Amino acid sequence: MNFGVIVFPGSNGDHDCLHTIGETLGQPVRAIWHRETSLDGIDCVVLPGGFAYGDYLRAGAIARFSPIMAAVERFAGAGGPVLGICNGFQVLTEAGLLPGALLRNANLEFRCQWQHIRAARPDTPFTGGLVEGQVLRLPVAHGEGRYFASPEELARIEANGQVVFRYCDAAGATTEAANHNGSLNAIAGVCNERRNVVGLMPHPERGAEALLGGADGRLLFESVLARARAVAGV
Amino acid sequence: MTVTEAQLQDVALAREEYEQIVELLGREPTPVELGMFGSMWSEHCGYKNSRPVLRQFPTGGPRVVQGPGENAGAVDIGDGQAVVFKIESHNHPSAVEPYQGAATGVGGIVRDIFTMGARPIALLDSLRFGPLDDPQAGARNRYLFGNVVGGIAGYGNSLGIPTVGGDLFFDPGYNGNPLVNAMCVGIVEAARIMRAKASGVGNPIILVGAATGRDGIHGASGLASRTDPAARFAELRPAVQVGNPFMEKLLLEACLEALATGAVVGMQDLGAAGLTSSTVEVADRGGVGVRIDVGKVTRRETGMGAYEIMLSESQERMLVVVERGREDEVRAIFDRWELHSDLIGHVTDDGVVRIVDGDETAAEVPARLFTDACPTYYRTGREAPEMAELRAFDRSVRPDLAGRTSERRTSNVTEVVETDSAYNEPGGDVRRSDVRRSTTAYEALLRLLAAPNIASRRPVYRRYDHTILTNTVVPPGAADAAVVRVKGTKKGLALKTDCNPRYCFLDPELGGRHAVAEATRNVVCTGAEPLAITNCLNFGSPEKTENFFQLDRAVRGMADACRALGTPVVSGNVSLHNESAGAAIPPTPTVGAVGLLDDVAAALTMAWAADQALVLLGRREATLGGSEYLALLHGRTAGAPPPLDLDEEARLQRCFRELHKPLIALAAHDTSEGGLAVALAECAIAGDLGATITQEALDALVADNGGRLDRALFGEAGSRIIVAADPHDLSNLERIAREHGLATLTLGQTGGDALTIGEALSVPVAELRRTWENGLMRDDASA
Repeated sequence: MNFGVIVFPGSNGDHDCLHTIGETLGQPVRAIWHRETSLDGIDCVVLPGGFAYGDYLRAGAIARFSPIMAAVERFAGAGGPVLGICNGFQVLTEAGLLPGALLRNANLEFRCQWQHIRAARPDTPFTGGLVEGQVLRLPVAHGEGRYFASPEELARIEANGQVVFRYCDAAGATTEAANHNGSLNAIAGVCNERRNVVGLMPHPERGAEALLGGADGRLLFESVLARARAVAGV
Repeated sequence: MTVTEAQLQDVALAREEYEQIVELLGREPTPVELGMFGSMWSEHCGYKNSRPVLRQFPTGGPRVVQGPGENAGAVDIGDGQAVVFKIESHNHPSAVEPYQGAATGVGGIVRDIFTMGARPIALLDSLRFGPLDDPQAGARNRYLFGNVVGGIAGYGNSLGIPTVGGDLFFDPGYNGNPLVNAMCVGIVEAARIMRAKASGVGNPIILVGAATGRDGIHGASGLASRTDPAARFAELRPAVQVGNPFMEKLLLEACLEALATGAVVGMQDLGAAGLTSSTVEVADRGGVGVRIDVGKVTRRETGMGAYEIMLSESQERMLVVVERGREDEVRAIFDRWELHSDLIGHVTDDGVVRIVDGDETAAEVPARLFTDACPTYYRTGREAPEMAELRAFDRSVRPDLAGRTSERRTSNVTEVVETDSAYNEPGGDVRRSDVRRSTTAYEALLRLLAAPNIASRRPVYRRYDHTILTNTVVPPGAADAAVVRVKGTKKGLALKTDCNPRYCFLDPELGGRHAVAEATRNVVCTGAEPLAITNCLNFGSPEKTENFFQLDRAVRGMADACRALGTPVVSGNVSLHNESAGAAIPPTPTVGAVGLLDDVAAALTMAWAADQALVLLGRREATLGGSEYLALLHGRTAGAPPPLDLDEEARLQRCFRELHKPLIALAAHDTSEGGLAVALAECAIAGDLGATITQEALDALVADNGGRLDRALFGEAGSRIIVAADPHDLSNLERIAREHGLATLTLGQTGGDALTIGEALSVPVAELRRTWENGLMRDDASA
């Protein structure tokens, strides 16, 4: 399975995605510069964390106009698996590929810490290897990660089962304290209606090695690999 | 003389220095030349007061690849790689505009690292503020603290370089003059280190990055080299630069890519004194001249003349000397990263820095007149007369902590513990408060754990991205030093900044020794071998004899420690003139230590585990002189700081590394502010597990501390480490310690949910944690 990691000017999680996919998981992966226009030969697209174009206007607001985003839209429209991490999640919501928006954290501060999240229905390409209710522990590192959607939209994505992850405590309870950034319904990650595009604020690529404090993040990448194998009938 | 006093004031040159310039040139300098001399002969660039002092430092060693004199130092770590690092101050900009001051401090030090061709992999920050609850300056201090941390976070997080460590200290001596020292660490292939040197006559010089604006003019001469910035806040604010981390990120990636082509022969970032210092330095180091046409420099504003262009400190700019004929190849890389680049000049053969503006010559000065000819002042120091008396203060004339029992713990006493500001008259009357009640060991421990100088740093480091780059093996707060791995190898780097300004204030030479010893000991406690240090010398104006005394003696102490501990100084920075309302800051020679772990997976933290034996390795005697205990509970910075035998310290560090290799040491923590009891509490919190220290061990400690419980529990000392080990390894541990001529004391054993120290105190770990976590500011975050 060929992974492609989109690099916008100001992306800074690209190195970590390339490392985790390429070195830790040993998969073929290449960096795709934002001015490229084609995703030919790519089987899974990852939009990494960072501060694309400095994010001075609004996180992801300019990156969505990058030439590569048209290709990402076509790729997603054809059902290809797309994962947006942190800033990548913000870019996907700005591009309309995912519902909702990410606002400034309720505490108005950047927060970097390990955080528990609970998986919902495991029917996206990146969560197929999880069970419903499974608790993962991953790093978060963001200042604008408070998930927001209009009441109608929120009701719709909840009804559609588009919430993929929620912040929780170690036991899996979605307590107020665990919802560190004040997201609506403690939402940490969502998917599109077709369920092939997933975005989340926590960093699976940073939590993929026991040496670094936890390897739960591997599960997301292994899920998409397992799905590819299943599709290929291997 | 045509020059006025006001003009000299602008460029911060003395009349005699001006006369020297006239003599050197054989004519009056042009305005542009005068501005350039002002910057290059400032303390910040020219080290005119500190140069003789700095010669004391050992700077060489078998592993040193690059010592002081370049943008950063470099040390061999094997496998053809070198670690590149440096610490630098941004104190005065941060005093005036804390967010941008701190942010651009990070930007500057990061540029220093990638200018050497290294990829930056970690940041640390050493911060000093006045107390957040200071009766007069508290509000300002809180503003400075919040915005400095915000500026570091804003810049470092955007760049994607993890901020993994540092240190933080509050003292009234920093009111009005906070310290912001930023350290950056990078990795480079040793053979590919780039130098900031121009060479090859005719080679083009390219300026790349941000456009040049009017920000930061006179930053080096006006802001960094004068006292009391806070008092001239409004006037000086325009001298502070504004950072753009996005631009820096592009510059970082583009420069590393450009270096990989092999077409770049020299590179120098534009920091203090902007285009002036960068052009002068590349010419001087390369023994060549440069011709720069300021008319070719892209400007942010209209109407800027040669003077402003040469002195602008606009951030995120880089000067690149390229092999002739390959400039298009290099500029294409900059274009790809959407960076603007200007061809602004070329290398010449006459050693002259020639600045032209179109057809007009604005400056024409041999480079060495800016550098070698910079005056050197050999100053003499004298200790302030009151210091000897202050050191003679002896706490032991006062009553000890109450009771050896924990009974008072449950007595729910809430009255405020007395402070003895008027309490040190020898033979003075016993004061009312003594009669009323003495503090218990329990109360003292909890007050210390909640003290801003000891409490959890999580409210600070959780605002810094410390997990990016997937290298952080030991995160902030988990051990005495942070540990990052070196990708592609099994190795790790242990990183720490440190300096106890109270020790340096009371006894600068001893304090300087402690600063090096503690920073390196912290690195050792993770299992690493200290390789080298960088330092940032923050002091008051050297023109005052007592300030110069502090600088000179602190450096002497540091240099001695560096020699004894085998850690040369490979880079550093001097920040003098740190004064507010006429008073100098406590002398603060911040040390940044770098250590190497052969196997990063074997890095130790301070978190002990169940059923481990606890041993105090090294010194039992501690002292209350200069201690946090004395400052916090008695409002005194007085007494003699703990003695430090450098030979003993070297043996301790060697011994611990020997204990780490066969994994006899399973967790470790050195004892610093707050002494043994606080260190034990920190281990208990880290491991989320209690421990019992036997009464027998406590008795032995009290006996070795003049029969005093306060000294035994809260006295401070260097050259000792709390070690957790498997009980079966105790005899091995003791043998190895003996071989190094070191004492060991078996303290007790881990287990349970409380920390118990003989009959002196017993506190649930949960209570220790709650107190410690909420000391600096209320912690609202979840786990």
